Amino acid sequence: MATPKPKQQRLMLAGFAVVALAVAGVIAAFALQDTAAYFKAPSDLAEGPPQPGETFRLGGLVKAGSVARSGDGLTLTFVVTDMAADTPVSYRGLVPDLFREGQGVIATGSFASSGGPFVARELLAKHDEKYMPPEVARALEKQPGHPMNTSAASGRGA
Amino acid sequence: MIPELGHFALWLAAAAALLQSVAPTIGLWRDEEALSGLAVPAAVAQGLFTALAFAALTWAFVVSDFSVALVAANSHTMKPDMYLVTGVWANHEGSLLLWVLVMALAGAGVAVAPATLGPRFRARVLSVQGIVSLGFFAFLLFASNPFDRLIPAPTEGQGLNPLLQDLGLAVHPPLLYIGYVGLSVAFAFAVAGMLENVVGPAWAKATRPWVAGAWAMLTLGIALGSYWAYYELGWGGWWFWDPVENAALMPWLAATALLHSIAVVMKRDALRAWTLLLAVAAFSLSMMGTFIVRSGLLTSVHAFAVDPARGLFLMILMALYIGGALTIYAFAAGRVAEGRQFAAVSRESALVANNLLLTVILGVVLVGTMYPMALQAAGGAQISVGPPYFNMTIVPIVLVMAFLMGVAPLLGWRRSATGHLAARLLPAAVAAALAVVVALTLFGVRGIGALLGFGAAAWLAVASISILAKRGLTLNSAGMALAHLGVAVSILGATASGALQREALVAMRVGDAIQMGPWRAELMDVRPIAGPNWTAVEARLDVRRGGDSVAILRPQSRMFVAPAQETTESGRAGWWTGELYSVLGQPDGTGQWQVHLWFKPMVRLIWWGALLMAFGGLLALGGRVRALKPRRGVEMSGSPIPQAA
Repeated sequence: MATPKPKQQRLMLAGFAVVALAVAGVIAAFALQDTAAYFKAPSDLAEGPPQPGETFRLGGLVKAGSVARSGDGLTLTFVVTDMAADTPVSYRGLVPDLFREGQGVIATGSFASSGGPFVARELLAKHDEKYMPPEVARALEKQPGHPMNTSAASGRGA
Repeated sequence: MIPELGHFALWLAAAAALLQSVAPTIGLWRDEEALSGLAVPAAVAQGLFTALAFAALTWAFVVSDFSVALVAANSHTMKPDMYLVTGVWANHEGSLLLWVLVMALAGAGVAVAPATLGPRFRARVLSVQGIVSLGFFAFLLFASNPFDRLIPAPTEGQGLNPLLQDLGLAVHPPLLYIGYVGLSVAFAFAVAGMLENVVGPAWAKATRPWVAGAWAMLTLGIALGSYWAYYELGWGGWWFWDPVENAALMPWLAATALLHSIAVVMKRDALRAWTLLLAVAAFSLSMMGTFIVRSGLLTSVHAFAVDPARGLFLMILMALYIGGALTIYAFAAGRVAEGRQFAAVSRESALVANNLLLTVILGVVLVGTMYPMALQAAGGAQISVGPPYFNMTIVPIVLVMAFLMGVAPLLGWRRSATGHLAARLLPAAVAAALAVVVALTLFGVRGIGALLGFGAAAWLAVASISILAKRGLTLNSAGMALAHLGVAVSILGATASGALQREALVAMRVGDAIQMGPWRAELMDVRPIAGPNWTAVEARLDVRRGGDSVAILRPQSRMFVAPAQETTESGRAGWWTGELYSVLGQPDGTGQWQVHLWFKPMVRLIWWGALLMAFGGLLALGGRVRALKPRRGVEMSGSPIPQAA
């Protein structure tokens, strides 16, 4: 356990730092593969339906008139739409403050079975009245001629 | 009129910053002391003028001058008085002005503090600080002017986001900014140290108080933000791995590494180049955090304004500073020798291990935060990276760090013997084993992660307390031991509140009750109440344990008037052993009320631990001053946390 020479020590330290960064990169890459959740709009689901159990984020507008509550008073069902396709969603829990019909929403969850409803574990509405989740705004922009394109812009202006 | 004066003061402050950056640069180059000496009055002037500008904006908010566009967009006459003031920085422009204010005051502080490394070095530091401030002044004046007028003035403002109408707003942003700006001072010291070639123990001694202070404030700011999110959002969690949280966590991680490596420079004159790199990285990450938060890339309560031009401006600014600092580093690193050597088993190498582990955490957080944005910017898929990713990667590393943190303070500098370790660490090992056994048997904890968490907390707590029990304690080592103890306390709180929490979600009518473990909660009534600018429905939950009423919880669902927006106010009651946390859902019109109820054991320890850490950091500012000599045995009785969950 002799004290190493200056040059050696410096090289060793640099080597350790590189190894640490490489380790961080490898850990991050593996963890990302396991846990990253993709964002999908209802019309994306028709093109490439996800596996049952695969977690992803479903985003769009809460379709007007679709919100209903089941008998136990805790399970909420509604439809997420991007004006081109609809996806039914069920969610058990308290609803975020800014969750409303006709407003943007992102639901994180998965399909329990193929053909069944999307079971959301978490709902994300906007943080404030001026704001709309950018993912949702982009998904809607893809649908031409939708009025949300203009109202999203004007709702933000001061 | 006053807003115009504020605007003018802002220009004067920018001019002072220009003088502060140019005069010493030329003066030092041509060796003209009169010229380089101008940096000191310029820094003081910058501080004064920025304070004036800030006062002018505050005045506009307090008197609700809606002819100022910023006030009209973010304030309202019905807002309670306190939020008229704190609302100044609850928006993009105002928060940037606060940032610049803290920065200018720090510059003035450097200017009037004794120049321990000589006037030449001080002039250099001030010129670097001037250059940094100048960029932010340019950003404020050209892209985010807080004093822009709105003609004709509206009769009423649009109001402040209700989530921000909280005491947290008064403290959380200023603390974070003091932390960020403290890191900018460390950055200026690092760049000046490289340019003047004075990096060594004396440089480290002069820089370290800024790092320790910045670190303590960042710790407090982040902990407060976490606590605020915990009670305000009503989601029952205290850390969500949101990119905005990560944006503050990354500079903190770098600052933590810096705080430890700068001690090595100070005590042993080793790790110089690495420390300089960390100082540059810590401030760069602060800037990147601001960029992430303010560029509108994110969905967040922190993303005030979405304007691509601002994002671009910030990005260019960031690229200039980081690029410039790294260029200087590339040239200077060859000159800055790494310093003295040390053996594989020594305090130094333990601190290197600490730094490497922190770097790994930093890398993992950085990838998890930036990858989704980068992927999307590159036109790829939109993905989100959430708690599963971070918990899976970071928890194991933190456990390893907790183990090392128990051992490292017992190692000697340069080359350490290992014979004494077994005896010194025996109590910690026993405590760890005991904690695991108690968690396993008495509390029925399964999960290997949670068991290791309890073990790690007990291990680190006892190891840190045993340092406090040693004779001849300096403020420095006491601060270190307290900060480490704080980490143990936070780990205990995080582990216990996660592993032992109970949760119930029910829909109930008035008069119904639910049983959750030993607690029985009855919904007594639900009634409307009113506040200064909101109305609410408030539920009253009577919680009994074994027949005795232990708490009345009052969760609310609030409806704010301006802007018209609903918020959830959690109803909480807590003791040392834990906290009952309840949230009321919105009425569904059937007479049923949704109630989400949690019991979170020891959840408050998370923030008490952070408080201890910050206190430890502030104590360490005192340096090598001898603390009161404790008598053996006395201080052990005051052990501030229970050893076993």
